[in-house]
Amino acid sequence: MSDVVTAPAREPAEGLLGPTPGQTVGPFFGYALPYTRGNELVEPGTPGAVRLHGTVYDGAGAPVPDALIEIWQTDPAGKVVARSGSLLRDGTFTGWGRAETDREGGYWFRTLNPGATEPGRAPFFVVTVFARGLQDRLFTRAYLPDATTDDAADGVALIPGALENDPLLASLEPERRATLVTAREPDGSLRFDVRLQGEGETVFLTYDEGPAAGKDGVGA
Amino acid sequence: MNETGPDTALDTAAESQAQLSAEIEAGHDAYQKGLEEGAPEELGPRRDWPPYRSSLLRHPTKDLHHADPETIELFAPVFGERDIGALEADLTVQHNGEPIGERIVVRGRVVDGQGRPVRRQLVEVWQANAAGRYIHKRDQHPAPIDPNFTGIGRMLTDDDGWYQFQTIKPGPYPWKNHFNAWRPAHIHFSLFGRELTQRIVTQMYFPGDPLFPLDPIFQSIQDPRARDRLVATYDHDVSQHEWATGYRWDIVLTGSHRTWTEPEDGDE
Repeated sequence: MSDVVTAPAREPAEGLLGPTPGQTVGPFFGYALPYTRGNELVEPGTPGAVRLHGTVYDGAGAPVPDALIEIWQTDPAGKVVARSGSLLRDGTFTGWGRAETDREGGYWFRTLNPGATEPGRAPFFVVTVFARGLQDRLFTRAYLPDATTDDAADGVALIPGALENDPLLASLEPERRATLVTAREPDGSLRFDVRLQGEGETVFLTYDEGPAAGKDGVGA
Repeated sequence: MNETGPDTALDTAAESQAQLSAEIEAGHDAYQKGLEEGAPEELGPRRDWPPYRSSLLRHPTKDLHHADPETIELFAPVFGERDIGALEADLTVQHNGEPIGERIVVRGRVVDGQGRPVRRQLVEVWQANAAGRYIHKRDQHPAPIDPNFTGIGRMLTDDDGWYQFQTIKPGPYPWKNHFNAWRPAHIHFSLFGRELTQRIVTQMYFPGDPLFPLDPIFQSIQDPRARDRLVATYDHDVSQHEWATGYRWDIVLTGSHRTWTEPEDGDE
């Protein structure tokens, strides 16, 4: 039909090169990407050490035993760490870690509470999720349930309103918001489950703007 | 152990390639029709892509939620020489003997969406051996393991974003997505950018592979030009006299969300 206008072949955005698409991490990353103490950002007994842990679930509620979780965070003072040494841990806190899920879909990190990058802001871990069957990585955030103060190296103190005032959390319905907030367990650890699909589906993020940014396949 | 073998959640091995190919074609036709009706172009793989059976229960059903990146997301972890052993960029020297297969060099440049080099950043690769077999307990298909090949490499990009490694050309291998399913030969890549928002894991393919149209994973990328971005080119300038053939594969990460000020590389 001559009056049908074919959509022009658009480049991703003005002045940008076409991005290389992602592909699934596949089933065989387990011998390649995980490494010794990848999930131990600090050594046992480090003051302020906290255990961040959880389970990855699929859309049927079954645990995902072949997922990879990475975290990236500030230090407890809210500073972005720019130090190498994540792959060969020597006691340097690098702010980055990697864990594969076990047979029951579980993962854990030994780390420090992240701090707020600006006074009064809600601190969070940036979480990246990869899995067999997942075509492209997913970004999310795991917020502290009880924001640390700048100098709370070995404890936590509530910053009133930090979570309520967080721009991302405030943009979400309450039940969806809850998927981004870690639970402080009785032993002091932080629990953050990831639900890839279905009831309680974790809020996954795109940092791109524009009408297509949140659509599947866009913004790789 | 997962009795259904690698890369499948369901026993779908009864389905034929013809069925799968028809699904792929129908999906691509729907995408083209959508484009004509004004739907946005898709530059990445589709997570919700039923021909890749393992994705059925592992893709989010809700749209990704927009977040303005905050400080931590505008930086990337730093890796340095101490993180990586000197031999890790040569996958052919990690054992006592020479691995079997076609020795190749893969070289390319990592840049961000604005074309700026990603400097001193980590590149990780992993792959099957020349027979299409991984050193992974879940790969049980009857092809030989090469005792001289593990198939793992790590390196840092240089100050202009270049990476290079030497390896053996991987073979294609069967998987259980459907009956007589074969993955085109590929090398897995894990990449970091200048900020965490640019993090990707992907796969590099070899030019002219006859398995491309049959592969649900490769074909999860709807746009043919975007698929082409995953295919390396043979590069005679990378080939080495009487030693190895060469492939060139450049990687473009997404655009930066950060307002960069010069100098740009003072992070460490």
